[in-house]
Amino acid sequence: MEKELLKLEHIQKSFGDRMILEDLDLTVHENEFVTLLGPSGCGKTTLLRLIGGFETPDKGRILFEGKDITQVPPEKRQVNTVFQKYSLFSHMNVADNIAFGLRIKGKDESYIRDKIRYALKLVNLDGYEHAQVTELSGGQQQRIAIARAIVNEPKVLLLDEPLSALDLKLRQNMQRELVKLKRELGITFIFVTHDQQEALSMSDTVVVMNQGWIQQIGTPESVYNEPENAFVADFIGDSNIVDGTMVRDKLVHLLGQDIPCINTGFGENVPVDVQIRPEDIQICAPEEGQFRGIIQSVVFKGTVYDITVEAGGFSWLVQTITGHAAGKEVGIKLAPYNIQIMAKPASEDEEAVSDE
Amino acid sequence: MNKSGSIRRFFGVPFMLWAVLFILLPLFFVLQHGLTNEAGVFSLANVRLALEWEYLKALGLSILLALISTVCCLVLGYPLCLILREYAKKSGVLIFLLFLLPLGMNSLLTTMAWQTILERHGVLNMALAAIGLPALQIVNTPVAIVIGMVYNFLPYMVLPLYVSVAAVDTRIIEAARDLGASRWQTIRYILMPLTRPGIISGCTMVFIPALTTFVISALLGGNKVLLIGNIIEQEFTAAYNWQLGSALSMVLMVFIILNMLLEFFTDADKRKREVKA
Repeated sequence: MEKELLKLEHIQKSFGDRMILEDLDLTVHENEFVTLLGPSGCGKTTLLRLIGGFETPDKGRILFEGKDITQVPPEKRQVNTVFQKYSLFSHMNVADNIAFGLRIKGKDESYIRDKIRYALKLVNLDGYEHAQVTELSGGQQQRIAIARAIVNEPKVLLLDEPLSALDLKLRQNMQRELVKLKRELGITFIFVTHDQQEALSMSDTVVVMNQGWIQQIGTPESVYNEPENAFVADFIGDSNIVDGTMVRDKLVHLLGQDIPCINTGFGENVPVDVQIRPEDIQICAPEEGQFRGIIQSVVFKGTVYDITVEAGGFSWLVQTITGHAAGKEVGIKLAPYNIQIMAKPASEDEEAVSDE
Repeated sequence: MNKSGSIRRFFGVPFMLWAVLFILLPLFFVLQHGLTNEAGVFSLANVRLALEWEYLKALGLSILLALISTVCCLVLGYPLCLILREYAKKSGVLIFLLFLLPLGMNSLLTTMAWQTILERHGVLNMALAAIGLPALQIVNTPVAIVIGMVYNFLPYMVLPLYVSVAAVDTRIIEAARDLGASRWQTIRYILMPLTRPGIISGCTMVFIPALTTFVISALLGGNKVLLIGNIIEQEFTAAYNWQLGSALSMVLMVFIILNMLLEFFTDADKRKREVKA
């Protein structure tokens, strides 16, 4: 892991009597692509604004390269932001927008000209210097906003849901371009999104947040495959989450059956949340499965079929590549390594809330 | 002619009548008086008279005082609008209404109040005497007139200005700060250019009444400071020289039209940009 760049310690922030963040800690490293992921109102944007300097925490401090910057105003931070709605200056053309930060800093015009050309090339908009920003499409405006930020050579680029206003195809293109851009620039990106697909496909590190609390920090693979609680499991991807009891190591009791699993260390007879991904459930002949049930519905989703199976008193979501007929009696099989056991939330605040 | 066309025409009639009776006809009378002599014969004598040094001096002073008042209103009004913008969510509306309150009072009354404050034995000088400072001679000077104008016309500046300042997205301001601009640089390079239409219409709204006023200058200027509005008023009410009064009005109107053209063209410029967007 690279050097620590940004460190947030015991951050607390409320607006009026609404507590947004309560005792939050986060460390961001050099050259890391961090995504803050969570439903709206989870505090991810507030967190970004604290780092950008647009809000001041009620308690706690923010360290940048070891120096306390908690009270430093935004214009004095080595951080630049790409805003959700681009926020370009409509009274300036593309070149003047990009040059704004450099002119404020008093750079000479030939340096600025080179920087503009370099930045436009980087975002694939060469030759757009003299275009009016109001004439550009949403995707182009977003690229200009990125160019405007990166010419200032920030150590951290903050991106506040920058792709949410774009249509799907363009969004996917921009996702790839952002990752490429990040690699070329070699700087830290902190990216806010509520789109789990976006978070998984772009980041080095995903920070899953809910109601002001960090639920899990990890690589995209780890938050998907090993969610630490039911919220993370439910928020990222599709999940079947069932109440269960850990009988002993490697054996969980759910829906009236003892099912082998691979988790250890929960203790004996401890209530847990059990998560099984829909693509990890196998549909088989009724007598071969651990549960026996009836197919309720089959929905074709393009690459997979979403199949609902009523079995063991639970409505399972199963994803298969081949279709099945509704009304058929089938069995459900769960492989031990596909079962994810999660501790029940300790407090009210961490309670899993499904936002979707 | 279809039905909706005739209905539209029907509702347009009162406005047409209004325009003819109260705008075009008076304008015609002013032109008629200004361009004829006492005998009712076409003549440029009164226009020539209106352009004499004595009157031009009054016109020049009027323009100067109107400009000073406009600048004062802008300098006072712009920070006010910025503050109102900050507090818009909490108590902005209340403060806003407070500043518009003078509009609801008779301007004659407020100007007379200023007379009481500024006169030789007025409230201000009493207060100054109480703390041992020498009295100021403000009333019957151009300063008093400017004070009266600023007080009466500040709401006309704040109203259009606030609308355009409030319309600027907070994220735009944050973006400027994010890129390294200080508060002042953000105002200078982002807010002021973006609110230019509001600045111009606010300035026009102050400049025109300030240029034509005669009440404020009569009450606060005594008869020591003559503005073009006072001279026109006197030509009509005291000298009964309607021809000269009309000719002076015509000269004054030229400046007002110039001012309005300025606003129109900046607006058109803005519209053009918006259409492109």
